[in-house]
Amino acid sequence: MVKAIESTGIAVVHICTIVPISQTVGANRIVPAVAIPYPLGDPSKSREEEKVIRRGILEKALEALKTPIREQTVFN
Amino acid sequence: MKLELMKVNVKSVGWGDRTEVLKDGTLKVNKKELLAHVTDEENLKSIGAEIALPGESVRITPVKDAIQPRYKIEGCGQVFPGMVSDVESVGEGKTLVLEGAAVVTCGRIVGFQEGIVDMSGKGSEYTPFSKTCNVVLVFEPQEGIEVYAYEKACRLAGLKAAMYLAKCVYESGGTPDKTETYEIPPFTRSMNAFPGLPKVAYLYMLQTQGLLHDTYVYGIDAKRILPTMIHPNETMDGAIVSGNCVSACDKNSTYVHQNNPVIRSLYERHGKDINFVGVIITNENVTLADKRRSSSYAVKIAGMFGVDGLVISEEGFGNPDADLIMNCHKAEKAGIKTVLITDEFAGRDGASQSLADAAPEANAVVTAGNANMIVVLPPMERVIGFTEYVNVIAGGFDGSLKPDGSIEVELQAITGATCELGFNKLGAETW
Amino acid sequence: MTYRIVHYINQFFAGIGGEEKAGVGPESRNGALGPGMAFKAAFGNEAEIVGTVICGDGYFAENMDEAAEKILKMISDLKPDAVIAGPAFNAGRYGTACGAVSEAVSKKLGIPVVTGMYPENPGVDMYRKGIYIVETSDSARGIKDAVPAMAKLIMKSLRGELLGSPADEGYIERGVRVNRFNDRIGAARAVDMLVKKLKGEEFRTEYPMPVFDRVPPAEPIKDMKNAVIALVTSGGIVPKGNPDHIEASSASKYGTYSIAGVQSADEVAYATAHGGYDPTYANTDPNRVLPIDVLREMEKEGEFKKLYDYFFTTVGNGTPVANAKKFGSEIGARLKKDGVDAVILTST
Repeated sequence: MVKAIESTGIAVVHICTIVPISQTVGANRIVPAVAIPYPLGDPSKSREEEKVIRRGILEKALEALKTPIREQTVFN
Repeated sequence: MKLELMKVNVKSVGWGDRTEVLKDGTLKVNKKELLAHVTDEENLKSIGAEIALPGESVRITPVKDAIQPRYKIEGCGQVFPGMVSDVESVGEGKTLVLEGAAVVTCGRIVGFQEGIVDMSGKGSEYTPFSKTCNVVLVFEPQEGIEVYAYEKACRLAGLKAAMYLAKCVYESGGTPDKTETYEIPPFTRSMNAFPGLPKVAYLYMLQTQGLLHDTYVYGIDAKRILPTMIHPNETMDGAIVSGNCVSACDKNSTYVHQNNPVIRSLYERHGKDINFVGVIITNENVTLADKRRSSSYAVKIAGMFGVDGLVISEEGFGNPDADLIMNCHKAEKAGIKTVLITDEFAGRDGASQSLADAAPEANAVVTAGNANMIVVLPPMERVIGFTEYVNVIAGGFDGSLKPDGSIEVELQAITGATCELGFNKLGAETW
Repeated sequence: MTYRIVHYINQFFAGIGGEEKAGVGPESRNGALGPGMAFKAAFGNEAEIVGTVICGDGYFAENMDEAAEKILKMISDLKPDAVIAGPAFNAGRYGTACGAVSEAVSKKLGIPVVTGMYPENPGVDMYRKGIYIVETSDSARGIKDAVPAMAKLIMKSLRGELLGSPADEGYIERGVRVNRFNDRIGAARAVDMLVKKLKGEEFRTEYPMPVFDRVPPAEPIKDMKNAVIALVTSGGIVPKGNPDHIEASSASKYGTYSIAGVQSADEVAYATAHGGYDPTYANTDPNRVLPIDVLREMEKEGEFKKLYDYFFTTVGNGTPVANAKKFGSEIGARLKKDGVDAVILTST
């Protein structure tokens, strides 16, 4: 889906856990997520702490969207 | 370590006053005793028991697990260690097996869980459990029970039932029709046996992704393990048990763990054209770090074994494809030749990419078939369990369950249809 | 009964003319024409060519959609039971036309259709997955082999017989995976394959690894403060109750839901439909998969101008790539139309 949306010219950032799959399949902007059942969260933490984690990942996502790239890039 | 499987052939099942196997191969079961043995009032509101035989017009759904009745009669420990028996290590001595029988567990849906077993018709061609004589337990949860507790209760009840049946047969004096012996000696001998033959090990991937996607080793949630070695005989005594049933086609039921065909096939060729040196179990966790850690660790153990080749079996699909490819890539890089066993999700028309990940080194792959293939299951006269859930189970869709009782569904929903241990004869070709 | 067949050919095989006549538009004639005569002989009494539809290769190439539509109508007006196209041998435009017409017949008329091409004809790569293309030689001299092969295949399809492998039936490999029962279990096949691989002997993998295509990276956002961001997820978050019944696996659709005024993907209004992971965490707090709460905070703080009023969701569990591609294209087209600058796509 990422590639199909990007084909229309819109920048896409993929937040996902299994970065290698995203890389193999060919997403261009990738931000690693926390875990499969909770990509932007962490049930072992409090709700407030989770929101901080979520914010961090989303900030990275915006950063990725702003960054010019020539090839697939993982934004750690 | 040497284990003898004493196999009693079961040709049919019926209710009776005493749980035993008659001379004609009929397993008689005392229903009241069986149910009393597995009762769990704290978690289960009710447990029903029914019989489903090959060829009958019977549908069982939603299936959770299938377990082969076994009971250790000699040697340390007891079957399903750490689950319904003591935690002592198993895999040696003598174990009684009710060959041709299975306990099948079935229960009201919790989340997305499923599995359809048809004992006749189109669906029966795809599941191993249309060929076994099944004692089916049907569960209903207590009101308000928490899902994890309910899943555990169903799991334990199935194991208890399986052990109970085999134990009764043993105690009633049942005699085996066949004995099979499995032996691999300690490394000091095994590593030097058969010089000139390539050393081969089996990398056994276990699904460990959370509720209804879990596997247990000696009672430990395999999510929490580091890859480790296990003697193949331990699997025959139920050391590895399933807590896994979502997308029923490629989940390893306890039955296939007990009867692992890769282990069987490696034993068959052992000493002939390979030296089967051991088994490594590993998991399929939900974080990238765990995937990387486990794949590196598992391949490292294979390297310590000094193997030339590795058979790798997957469980599940999607993100575990990444684990499969990581294991393959790292092994090949370490100079170990690999063969992978997986299934495919190539779309209903078979035209889409079958795996979520890929690598050029994965050049030797056995496929258990395309799980997206649509089959139409004819209506059955009797349904054990509940059919209301067919439309929402993985592999089903809006309109799966037809008014006449037939079911149009993907192979995905049929228990064990594309088992990636290579249990079945199904495969796929590119046409 | 005698089956009714319609034959599609180009201007050259219709005897209208060569390249100089490639611009002629679609026309319909009764009976068989050109190579149709050879097919007539091959069919005998079982089928007859009731009509031939012709189109210039140049005209088709320059007016693909409109020509296909016209041709389809002409074909269907003849009320055929099946259609044969070409064979096109190695002629590129003709192969493309035969492929496009065949695919349209298959999809829109739902009747059997067979064409024939040389494997290197560009029409093969474009259309192989959806239709049966009989393998032919590269020139019209191969007509004496192409016709019986195509006739045999179309008759089999008309009789409702199951078609076999490419090798058995003479068609070009379509690239689709077909389930078949082996005579041995998978585990035995695997050990066998490993033994061969270790010995350095030849073996054949049952599943050749795919190669994935690439999309060039889209331009980055230059002015984030004025950007409109849209949220898409494959984690299956849907309004509670899954009103559009998105499947837990092998999703055949995606959902579009308004989040105008929604400040958080709370557990009262949302849940996950995804059957491929433990749903407990997503159900307790759907923001863990669809991070509306924090995105709204960032929107309020002016990090970007606006969170698009809709989110798109599907279940990325065993979803065939073809479906995912279709969803992505449709979603992308809509977002582009609505002036969305970038997309955050979350996966589980």
